[in-house]
Parts: sequence; structure tokens; C-alpha cells
Amino acid sequence: MDSIISAASVIAAGLAIGLAAIGPGIGQGQAAGQAVEGIARQPEAENKIRGVLLLSLAFMEALTIYGLVVALVLLFANPFNS
Amino acid sequence: MYPDNFYSSTFTLLAEAEVGKHFYWDIAGFLVHGQVLLVIWFVFAILLTFALLGSRNIEQIPRGWQNFMECVLEFVTEIARNQLGESFYKEWVPFIGTLFLFIFGCNWAGAVIPWKLIHLPEGELSAPTNDINTTVALALLTSLAYFYAGLSKKGLGYFKHYIQPLPLLLPLKILEDFTKPLSLSFRLFGNVLADEITVAVLTGLVPLVIPLPIMLLGIFAGSVQALIFSTLAAAYIAEALE
Repeated sequence: MDSIISAASVIAAGLAIGLAAIGPGIGQGQAAGQAVEGIARQPEAENKIRGVLLLSLAFMEALTIYGLVVALVLLFANPFNS
Repeated sequence: MYPDNFYSSTFTLLAEAEVGKHFYWDIAGFLVHGQVLLVIWFVFAILLTFALLGSRNIEQIPRGWQNFMECVLEFVTEIARNQLGESFYKEWVPFIGTLFLFIFGCNWAGAVIPWKLIHLPEGELSAPTNDINTTVALALLTSLAYFYAGLSKKGLGYFKHYIQPLPLLLPLKILEDFTKPLSLSFRLFGNVLADEITVAVLTGLVPLVIPLPIMLLGIFAGSVQALIFSTLAAAYIAEALE
């Protein structure tokens, strides 16, 4: 059963990080787009907009990171390996 | 970890990532991760040195170290004030400031200082926040802090907030008490560990130039994550206080 566990874990790790990157990718793109639009409408507010943008990007990034943590656990700290 | 023909050049001797191997210390029957403690003590020493240097010979018009530390204090006070509001922020500035400076110091110590030059018998020295134990400890401290804030302000009436706007939301509110520390810890842990593994793997493949952008990203992400952690901690405390 060891090789099937390894094979399944590798596939699962790839799927975990791959699928986890989709949603936040779309979300971050939208947030950045709106931020750029806001700066274009009111260039004096650039600093505030940049601050809020970076904060929001970090929150969305965290969702991808959760998927990455699952992938890392499957690869390096696999609970099903002997 | 790598195929055998990788181990011929000296570069790969410095590049091996020791994921999952720890330098265990046996303290009074408990096994602790010694490499994490060593770097944490180093970060403590740095922060204390900065604080002591900044508070010697305090002058009315600050200059030099005092000026720098006053800037840092102002930054941390801004974080607390933005989240907690004018009336509550003062007593929480030390807690939020400690969280921010400690996480910032840990992440930058892991990313900037060449720890690989010091050889440990088992495992390697790296950012303390790449160990899930550190980040979970910080997240549980934050949980404790916001429970303390709510209980000290409202007494046992704090538990009314579980059924407050709508009793139907009770399971969600209980779940929130678990997901808040979980998300805090995993966000920080994932960011730091992912960057370290990426740098280690890239250094194993192409030791010169190529890992540098990822290392710069690690420095940037480390500082942003410190800010996020402390901002969220302040926001949770504010939510418990309202």
C-alpha cells in the first residue's frame, strides 16, 4: 500500500495547491483592478488605497496558503506513511 | 532528499532543506524544538537592545535611536488606534505592539540572516514562525486576549453575544471561536514556511541569482504578515469589546 499512498498523496498535493490558487487569483485580480480604478479617479488617495489594497491582498493570499499547507503536509509530514 | 548526483558541488551542501527534522531538547521531560528557541532568544535580544538603545538619555526633541523607536511606537499605536478606536486603544498598545514586533523580528531574522553557516547536529536554524507551534501559540494568545477583553469589560454578559443579533447564528459564532486562531496561525505559518521551502528548492536547483526574487518576496511577505496578524488581533479584540 505504500506506493499507492505516495501516488495518491502526490496527486492530492498537486490538486490542493492548483485548485486553491484559482479563487484567490480571480479575487486579487478584481481587487487590484478596482484599486487602480480608484487611483485613476483620485490620485491624491493613492497611499490610502495602496494600504487597503495590500491588506486585502494578504487576506486573499491566505486562502491559497491554506491549500499550500495541505500540499506541504501531504508531501513532507504525511500522516499515512509508515 | 535530492538524487545522489546533486551532492557533488559545495552549493548543494548549503541548500538542503531540512523540513520536518528538529533539534530536540529535553527540558524536564518535555521535548522542545531547540532551533526555534535559539532564534527566538536571538530576536528577544535584538528587540531588547533596540528598546534599551532608544530609551537611554531621553530628550525632548528626539534624535537618533530615540527617534527611530518613537517612529516604531507611533506605527504600532496607529494599528491599535485604527482598530480599537480612541477610547480603548491605550491599554492594548503593548500587546499589539509585542505581537507585531515579535512576528516582524522573527520573519526578518529568518529571511535576512544567513543561519545556514551555523551547523546544528539535527535540523537547521531558520525563522521561528516556520514552526506551527510558534504560530499556534501566538494565535492562542490572541484568542485568550480577546476573551479576556470581552470578559473584563462585560463580565459574564460577554456570552450574550453568541445569541445576540440572531440566535440562529449560534453554531456559526461557536465555529468562529475555533476558526479565528486557526486562520491566524495557518496564515502566518503557511506564508513563512512556503517561502523558505521555495528558496531552499530553488537554491538546490540554481544556487546563484534565481532565488533572490523569492527571498525579497519573503522579506516583503514577512513584514506584511506581521502587520496582518497584529491588525487582525486588534480587530478581534475590538469586536469583543463592542
